[in-house]
Amino acid sequence: MKALTWQGVNELSVERVPDPRILNAQDAIVKVRMTTTCGSDLHLLGGYIPAMRAGDVIGHEFLGEVVETGPEVRRHRVGDRVVVCSIIGCGRCWHCEHDMWSLCENSNPKPGITDMMWGGTTAGIFGYSHAMGGFKGSHAEYVRVPFIDYSAFTVPDGVDDLNALFASDAAPTGWMGADLGGVRPGDVVAVWGCGGVGQMAARAAILLGADRVIAIDRYPERLTMTERHIGAETIDYTRTDVIAELRERTGGRGPDVCIEAVGLEADSPGPQKIYDKAKQRLGLEQDRPIAVREAIHACRTGGSVFVLGVFAGMVDKFPLGALMNKGLTLRGAQQHGQRYIPKLLDLISKGELRTAHLATHTMTLDEGPRGYDMFKNKKDGCVRAVFRPWA
Amino acid sequence: MKRAVLGAMMLGGIGLGVMRWLNSRQTKARAEREASRWLMVTINRRPDEVVPDGRLPEPLARLGETIEVQVREAPGDRGTELGARPVTPVPTGVEEVMARLAGEDPRQAVRTALRESKCLIETGEVLRPDEPPTTRPTPTGRLVDLASQRAGGEGRL
Repeated sequence: MKALTWQGVNELSVERVPDPRILNAQDAIVKVRMTTTCGSDLHLLGGYIPAMRAGDVIGHEFLGEVVETGPEVRRHRVGDRVVVCSIIGCGRCWHCEHDMWSLCENSNPKPGITDMMWGGTTAGIFGYSHAMGGFKGSHAEYVRVPFIDYSAFTVPDGVDDLNALFASDAAPTGWMGADLGGVRPGDVVAVWGCGGVGQMAARAAILLGADRVIAIDRYPERLTMTERHIGAETIDYTRTDVIAELRERTGGRGPDVCIEAVGLEADSPGPQKIYDKAKQRLGLEQDRPIAVREAIHACRTGGSVFVLGVFAGMVDKFPLGALMNKGLTLRGAQQHGQRYIPKLLDLISKGELRTAHLATHTMTLDEGPRGYDMFKNKKDGCVRAVFRPWA
Repeated sequence: MKRAVLGAMMLGGIGLGVMRWLNSRQTKARAEREASRWLMVTINRRPDEVVPDGRLPEPLARLGETIEVQVREAPGDRGTELGARPVTPVPTGVEEVMARLAGEDPRQAVRTALRESKCLIETGEVLRPDEPPTTRPTPTGRLVDLASQRAGGEGRL
């Protein structure tokens, strides 16, 4: 079959690779109808996630049709149109049973790598390095889906592919940030990053009753999109002092909940970027936590900070003093998608959550390398490139 | 030339230092404690489901007389704590490093068996990674391969 593969740092190519097979009785094979770029793929592309092999198929946010099922699959049948969670969950370990699906204890068959890196095993993720299980990704014609009874959700008839696609990752990730960040009616919420996940977090905060939601980015088209489609206020961080602006807009308190949706390649107009980039290049830190630092400083005393952006290793100049003395709650997680996807599909079907606008560019799988170039370099206002392998 | 000799002497010095540290009484005592440590997993099932009628789950049973096993109820309704460790002496110091790289440390087989037992009991199957792992062999890819091959037997257990 045809697939978009990682070949090295900043090098992607479309290759012929072996078709996936049923390897476990609870597996299914899904024919991919749509699959999209995600900001976290850029960390793989940039070489920040080390356990990649040349030839690995990338992609983890997708929707497709079940074409083959293993003998123990109970909840899905051939022909089902499903959105598949990017996180693979077994559904029966303690963490899955407690709705913490990205901490699944059985879905990563190569657990020693994350165990050594982080002191604990995390779930398998499609197309996200051998540290996360080495599963082939969704930028392909077909993909093997382990534990499909727990990882895939049938798309309601009234919801088209493009609207349902982002229920695979961006929408549940954003929803989780607002939910586990503790957004309550009347809150003021700030969201760093107006990419797909940031926009979904902002929308989730509004739907959970936040009084004001303020999203921060530097790309005018993303800021405009967030105002228009999400209904949030925005701040262009290249034009103003973000912390001062947030103080002014919140009566001097700071936001009640701060959601970081940027990740390890954060930018800054100030000297922080030069400092962090130099340390990253020298291997003295793996991640640039610029937005996390700002969120911690901006947050009101006693408030909550949720880290949605992907981080891989160690950071420098982490404001632990501010965190402790301001009495903040800091949380983070890869998405617990299975917990939210049914509810999100319902909201999408009712028109309360709109996602299709994120797909600024739709193209064939052959155009994958160009799609990632546009996505990475924000060319032509690209927010998400969506690939249709069978177009 | 002088620089090369100086470099070689420094490397030799560091090597000797590491060897002395590995062979020190304190390091050896610590390694002995580590060698007898139980490797544990918690399984989200009752003890009678983990070892019905005292029968060990198949991946652990395969290791036969080479291991000893303990089973106890986990606190807080967490299921069962299942532990195992090799009965034969395990390598320590430099030997341990070499054995782990070669995949011959007996604790690696125990960790793999514990993880497989947990997956089997909780889900009914042992999840297999995708095959083939990739389509293009490269030198850095071989390192990732090595880490992947050892991953089931390494880690925090």
